[in-house]
Amino acid sequence: MIETFINITLFAMQVLTALFIVRSKRLFSVVMLSGVFSLLTALFFVALDAVDVAFTEAAVGAGISTVLMLGTIALTARTQKKTAPTGYLPYLVVAVTGAALVYGTLDMPSFGDPMAPAHQHVAPEYLARSVTDIDVPNVVTAILASYRGYDTLGETAVVFTAGIGVLMLLSGLRRRRDEDDVKIVKNKAAKAKDRA
Amino acid sequence: MFIAAAIALFISMMLVLARLYAGPTLYDRVLAVNSFGTLTVLFIAILGFLNGRPDFLDIAILYALINFVGTIAILKFFRYRSLGDISQMPPDEGDTL
Repeated sequence: MIETFINITLFAMQVLTALFIVRSKRLFSVVMLSGVFSLLTALFFVALDAVDVAFTEAAVGAGISTVLMLGTIALTARTQKKTAPTGYLPYLVVAVTGAALVYGTLDMPSFGDPMAPAHQHVAPEYLARSVTDIDVPNVVTAILASYRGYDTLGETAVVFTAGIGVLMLLSGLRRRRDEDDVKIVKNKAAKAKDRA
Repeated sequence: MFIAAAIALFISMMLVLARLYAGPTLYDRVLAVNSFGTLTVLFIAILGFLNGRPDFLDIAILYALINFVGTIAILKFFRYRSLGDISQMPPDEGDTL
């Protein structure tokens, strides 16, 4: 009962945040709101008992990507450009896609159903063995960090490489812009000398 | 008891969200995000007690760390327009964003 209430409230707040993100024209506010959206997602994962996934979501979504977006704003523009009104076609497409997705979920087993096929395949094996195999109390942690340890290591390497790439791109851009500034200043000084 | 605390947290989250959306200045928004992070930490703690497993408190402390570092990163970014090499940056550029 209380879990359902918490889940529904978290979902409602996510929808509210998404609406704010769509409505807001100031990009800085959009970045902050997307950080909050990611924090809400992390809370939802914690409510579902997947604390590792929640922690990744909080660190990447609310931490790193907020800062990256801020860097992008500093290099580009602070407010959204006005776009021409698009008519009703996009709303229609969104509504039809949403209805198709909802229709698709009707066949699925209900939330938390222990007889669902996904919970009958290898999950009982993990539940039975992870305590004696790995001695980690949380099964999700045991699967993520031990049974799929190499997979997680590969993911970490990919994310790390991507982070290094983005940081190098951003610092390169900044240096080039600084050089341009220096050139502009020098040109101005030369022109002032010519006039004198 | 814990349910009442959870509902109070939800209400304050709504208030902080409203401030984040409406907040006229940059510092309102930064402070709102920071408060939302704090509310997240509190909510994780409450969630642990609601489920009868207070060992979630460790995770809540980790979130507090991320929140602190993130806020510092945002503010440092506004001050210097850069995160890494601040020695090249003029220090008086940060108020323009």
